[in-house]
Amino acid sequence: MSGTKIIHKELETAPALSPLKTGGDIGSIAAAGQWTLIWHKFTRNKVAVFAGVMILLFYFVGIFVEFLAPGLPDKSKPQFTYAPPQQLEWFAPDGEGGTKFLPHVKGYKMEVDPVALRRTFTADETDIIPIGFFVEGPAYKLWNLIPADRHLIGPIDKNETVYFLGSDKLGRDLLSRLIYGTRVSMSIGLLGVCMSLVLGVVLGALSGFYGGWVDMLIQRIIEVVSSMPTIPLWLGLAAAIPLTWSPLQVYFVITIIVSLLAWTGLAREVRGRFYALRGEDFVVAARLDGSAERRVIFRHILPSLTSHILAVITLALPVMIVAETALSFLGIGLKPPVVSWGVLLQDAQNIRTVATAPWLLLWPAGAVVVAVLSFNFLGDGLRDAADPYGD
Amino acid sequence: MARNEQQKVDDPVLEVNDLSIDFHLRTHILHAVRNVGFTLHRGRTLALVGESGSGKSVTARALLRIIDSAARVTSGTITLDTDGKKTDLNTLGENSKEIRAIRGGRIGLIFQEPMSSLSPVHTIGSQIIEALRLHRNMDKASAKQETIELLRQVEIPDPAAMADRYTFEFSGGMRQRAMIAMALACDPDILIADEPTTALDVTTQAEILDLIKRLQVSRGMAMLLITHDLGVVAEVADEVAVMRFGRIVETGPVDDIFHAPQHAYTKDLLGSTVRLEKGATTSSGGTEKRQPVLSVRGLTKVFGGETSWFGKGAYALKAVDSASFDLHAGESLGIVGESGSGKTTLGRLILRTVEPTEGQVIYRPGDGSETDVTRLDKQGMRNFHRHVRLVFQDPFSSLNPRMTVKQIVGDPLFVTGTARGKALESRVGELLEMVGLDPAAMERYPHAFSGGQRQRIGIARALALDPKIIIADEATSALDVSIRAQILDLLLEVRKRLNLSFIFISHDISVVRYFCDRVAVMHRGKIVEIGSAEQICDAPKEDYTKALISAVPNPDPRNKRMLHRTRFTA
Repeated sequence: MSGTKIIHKELETAPALSPLKTGGDIGSIAAAGQWTLIWHKFTRNKVAVFAGVMILLFYFVGIFVEFLAPGLPDKSKPQFTYAPPQQLEWFAPDGEGGTKFLPHVKGYKMEVDPVALRRTFTADETDIIPIGFFVEGPAYKLWNLIPADRHLIGPIDKNETVYFLGSDKLGRDLLSRLIYGTRVSMSIGLLGVCMSLVLGVVLGALSGFYGGWVDMLIQRIIEVVSSMPTIPLWLGLAAAIPLTWSPLQVYFVITIIVSLLAWTGLAREVRGRFYALRGEDFVVAARLDGSAERRVIFRHILPSLTSHILAVITLALPVMIVAETALSFLGIGLKPPVVSWGVLLQDAQNIRTVATAPWLLLWPAGAVVVAVLSFNFLGDGLRDAADPYGD
Repeated sequence: MARNEQQKVDDPVLEVNDLSIDFHLRTHILHAVRNVGFTLHRGRTLALVGESGSGKSVTARALLRIIDSAARVTSGTITLDTDGKKTDLNTLGENSKEIRAIRGGRIGLIFQEPMSSLSPVHTIGSQIIEALRLHRNMDKASAKQETIELLRQVEIPDPAAMADRYTFEFSGGMRQRAMIAMALACDPDILIADEPTTALDVTTQAEILDLIKRLQVSRGMAMLLITHDLGVVAEVADEVAVMRFGRIVETGPVDDIFHAPQHAYTKDLLGSTVRLEKGATTSSGGTEKRQPVLSVRGLTKVFGGETSWFGKGAYALKAVDSASFDLHAGESLGIVGESGSGKTTLGRLILRTVEPTEGQVIYRPGDGSETDVTRLDKQGMRNFHRHVRLVFQDPFSSLNPRMTVKQIVGDPLFVTGTARGKALESRVGELLEMVGLDPAAMERYPHAFSGGQRQRIGIARALALDPKIIIADEATSALDVSIRAQILDLLLEVRKRLNLSFIFISHDISVVRYFCDRVAVMHRGKIVEIGSAEQICDAPKEDYTKALISAVPNPDPRNKRMLHRTRFTA
């Protein structure tokens, strides 16, 4: 072989690309800030997007509780204890042998077992309770402010009651209680996380940015706090809450108790990020540009962290929800008349109830599981998308 | 090696035809390799040369079918013919028994990163023994024997003892030797070396290349060498294929490629490399009489070794050992050395991002005043940092990805209060123009720019405050050859225009020779020699400098410098 062989004569200026789908505009990426890039990356993770939609749905329910619930959470009807769920049906016989469109549920036929004195309910095929949307029902105050009596769904006759998800031992509607519980359970997480966020970010940032003895001190505090056994501590603190306090006060105190122990993880995460970023070239560059420490922290380091913090918060929320549920289940968290998922689960503590009224366990536990899973999937998706410059 | 003796040297052992590989990106298909074809011959070396993104590594990986999951081979054949039976590797399953027998067995692979391609939790010996037992069905004792023999062949001293050492006990060069021993373990017919010396120092690189070349010749292997460094190509290759954007643009014997290149790109690439072989600067004479702008006296940094609560720390490292030099106005001083020689620390000591243990740094702004930088307070340091600026090595981590170019370049102007609002915008535009970027791009984020463009942004930021001195820490090492030459020319131009002094820290002697008036050579924290660039590069006095200079690959296959290098032992 002698002499060189030219294979491609022309001089290309860019790598060969061909579009996979039409409409992809590379140019817009050039001027896209970090949130746009994070959003692009996040939306590629379909599971996380679905989880995000679920979370939004939960919070939507939590906000419009009074309207969405068919009844009031504390309205009891002693004759319907442990009544099973009623099936919503769309068509009813019209009396002439045919059927017509009429959303309804079937009423109960009650039989008392003469030996055990236990009531059993069966559907009464002849007793039709018509159901309507946007019906007038029990009066309530939306957000404790606006008086109203419209409900998304409910019996057209306001003296009737329906139990879409069954009733509890006092004949209260489980669906209404579950919907009211959503507000408390979903918001206790938010409040708690906000508190641990402040503690965690401030202490983590101090620890990571200054290092040295500050870091040493804060890390040891974190270790002491996280070495405490949580359940006994919660028990002790919750037992110290005076009985005379109103349920709302108890609710806030429980939030504080839960968040006091939950900030350590967040603080460690923030510290780790700060520590890594402090040595990054662009932070050194900012320092050499003459930036004061405050500007380095707030202008250069924190913006790189916000997306990570968001992800950590999303992963911390389900921990709070589970903590509240556990405390309330044990009877030391929220107490009736406040309704939360944990309080609802208290009703399902013994095997007899579970055997006769399994819906009391299934629905609240299901709500907790779905909410926690959604938060975890969303958090994982956010964490993966948090650094859009990685690859 | 009985197998090899029956066959003639120069037999083709591997033929690649019409190979194309696509990468499926989110919105686009990247044609990373397009219709590539080449032939490997027994006992000969083919160098696949190209800049980053040219598809050279993907091609090599495709031969062993270890490409990414996002990549797909769309066409082509890879015919392996080592023992008379032809096999098309492309038809074998990615994890089939056959391909696993070929990987390591008939085709050996040496990776770029000797740090991460060896397991940290197994001894070096056990990793080689594993390969031997898998591919050659040896029993434990004979595999151990063979391992020691292999380590001897790759010139690891005291191989019997070293086989029981762990990876972290080996230096970078030793690890690469161990990798080579592993690749050779099964007596392969083909050796693929993917940037085998890129992560190593020049003197180590020279030894490793020398070793690979000798082993290849004595074993009669075919070698595919993948590299971006034309110097390395000239030293070891027989044939060259130049790749660009996934295509082989030119191929031929090494001598023809270097002395009669046909394709415009090859000429360009050679031009950028050869240009660096001689100095570009016209030494601004007479500066020596004036007072130097920066004088460093006895600067020392000791890491570790302080006394703690529990008695004296046992281990102290003198990273910089009483370094002294002068820097004159408008002059470029190069600081060269291998990794760990303390050159980066020296740069940081001058800026005091690392606090010096001892010594003085005297700065003279030119108005007759003198300041000792090591005694300045916070405000004084801020002032000093306006005059002395740093250009970073890594164009990716040194720009905040969350800020626009305007914010990045304008940040020093903003915090020092030099310019705000409209004035800042026009100054940033001016700076971007000076470094050869379009001022209209200032609203973009760094991710919209290539490595070379990012480095220009970094330079614009350094120039923003009208500095007197720029410390460039490996400012061109992360860049491709052709881009490197452009950035160096840019720096030369701004230097002339703004009468800047440069401290140019680099491990790359050719870059320093091209850019600097004077050069200081560092070795183990000490400045061993300091002199004019021509004197250091053409007539070095110290033994270490001689060894260093002679280890630099020469991009001329007719004058192989590395093989006649002087060795330095200390």
